[in-house]
Amino acid sequence: MSTTLLIVQILNGLQLGVLLFLIAAGLTLVFGVMDFINLAHGVQYMLGAYLAVAFYGLTGSFFAALVLALAAALVFGLLLEVLVFRHLYGRDHLDHVIATFGIILFLNSAVKLVWGAAPLSLPVPEALSGSVALAPGLLYPVWRLVIIGSGLAVALLLYVLVSRTRIGMLVRAGATNAEMVGALGVDIRRLFSLVFGFGAMLAGFAGIMIAPILSVEPGMGDTILILAFVVIVIGGIGSIRGAFVAALLIGLVDTLGRSFSVDILRLFMASSTARTVGPALASMLIYLLMAVVLYVRPTGLFPAKGR
Amino acid sequence: MKAPSASPSAPVTSPPRSRLRSLALPALLFVALAILPLAALAASAGYVLDLFTRVMIFSVAALSVDLLIGYAALVTFGQAAFVGIGAYAVGILSSHGITDALVALPVAMTAAGLFALLTGIVCLRTKGVYFIMITLAFGQMAFFTASSLAPYGGDDGLTLADRNTLAGLALFGRPLVFYYVVLAVLIASYALCRSLVASRFGRVLRGTKENALRMTTLGFRVYRFQLVAYVIAGMLSGLAGFLLANATEFVSPAYMSWQRSGELIIMVLLGGIGTLHGAIVGAAAFLLLEEWLAGFTEHWKMIFGPLLVLVVVFVRGGLIGIAAALGRAVARRFGRG
Repeated sequence: MSTTLLIVQILNGLQLGVLLFLIAAGLTLVFGVMDFINLAHGVQYMLGAYLAVAFYGLTGSFFAALVLALAAALVFGLLLEVLVFRHLYGRDHLDHVIATFGIILFLNSAVKLVWGAAPLSLPVPEALSGSVALAPGLLYPVWRLVIIGSGLAVALLLYVLVSRTRIGMLVRAGATNAEMVGALGVDIRRLFSLVFGFGAMLAGFAGIMIAPILSVEPGMGDTILILAFVVIVIGGIGSIRGAFVAALLIGLVDTLGRSFSVDILRLFMASSTARTVGPALASMLIYLLMAVVLYVRPTGLFPAKGR
Repeated sequence: MKAPSASPSAPVTSPPRSRLRSLALPALLFVALAILPLAALAASAGYVLDLFTRVMIFSVAALSVDLLIGYAALVTFGQAAFVGIGAYAVGILSSHGITDALVALPVAMTAAGLFALLTGIVCLRTKGVYFIMITLAFGQMAFFTASSLAPYGGDDGLTLADRNTLAGLALFGRPLVFYYVVLAVLIASYALCRSLVASRFGRVLRGTKENALRMTTLGFRVYRFQLVAYVIAGMLSGLAGFLLANATEFVSPAYMSWQRSGELIIMVLLGGIGTLHGAIVGAAAFLLLEEWLAGFTEHWKMIFGPLLVLVVVFVRGGLIGIAAALGRAVARRFGRG
């Protein structure tokens, strides 16, 4: 376990954390404002990645693909809201779960039909490919740094949007009491659509940014969705600050756990046992963390006010 | 603790006539399942027997989900984990040469029950959406743990050398015998759930579904009742897992995937939530629909997904609800109120 490896893994953990935040932010906003559980949030992330690949194929430029895919993700999110979700606000959470589960089945299958089941890939933009030496002997891929940077920038932007603008004020008010906001003359439906579209775009953005380092395949959104759930549950549903803290926490714990569990266990037990137990323990780690947090604070670290 | 005297919201006992009627549909279901093999054998369609064995196994798991969602308002999104644990108990024991059901069955149910107890202690401290998500997360935990069990096949799963024996007799190996064993288990599980729901325990659970705060104020320790229900449901699902491992002679982490948990909820919703026999109808409808649609195209989920959305948006009460509404309409038509 060298220092270099530790730093690299910490950066990897940050990168996963930032990615999780991009997804969890939309999820927690949609839940906070409209009391709606959107399981289909994960497929919106997947769709972002696929759209980026498709638009890259058409334009040959990553940045054009980024802009087009973001716009398409936004449009698609709004379309889903109008077609399906709008009819389910105020219904039982169970109805949300089943309807959005149906959308997952549909989209995972549709993606397979359109692009095939084989994994696709997207090249890293030329200017940002390669690695940079952070310290002597410590090389790190530039693209991963870009992901970390853009994720932090989005977090900052969200913070400013939510706490310093009129729209943000309405979003916060909506999270506390949507009906009252409606009664005060705000077009609550438009606010809902806006929040929803924005959340979908954030998930799409995460998908686009990760596409150059992960393989783009059907079902890629499902795993990350569960992690995003763990994040918003730990952070406190409806709280963006909570989502940010929990996302980084989960990203770091998961990454470091996976890289070092065997080495750490080897200090206590035979190395063959450590090799068997380590990976199993590492994959359970974040869920155990969640269990501990929820046991102590059943509504998460930063429970949103008013619920 | 004191029992509430005649609560107005939940009828404590039904009048005998409607009680008889409420048992008619489940009885009809079981009779149909009992004579189905005869028809299948006459048409010499062995795969029908396998298909319906599957239907009945998933019915047992769906029953446990209905017990939690339909009667205790505990929306569990990790029930497949218990099915998987039951199945893995069979697989792991079998890989160590222990192949008798007299050992495997208790181990499967105890392991699932223990996992339910440990996770339930944490899950039940939370409510509503938190409960949905935390059960989902524990389900995933079980899934990833199974995937990393390298000695037992890891991602690829584990093939059983053979089905379990029962007290040394290779009874499960015969499809027809196994079919009736599964049917017997299903009927027993149904009877258990039905009597649970009708008991004082079940009435307390239904009370918490209506209003947990009210039940707490009445002096019930709601948490304990819910925990017991959660453990019972976990064990039932473990039982289903035991049967599933024997039916497929294969065990894999895929049994625990969160999609499976979602499918179990869909089965219950499709059949009609909070009715118990709806879970059986729903499991049959789901699996038969899957079989039928998959016959047309490998992209059958593109049809099934939107169908699900439509069912949620427009249909209340599932297939049982539709049947009841139709029945009422017909009755009105012919002037028998």
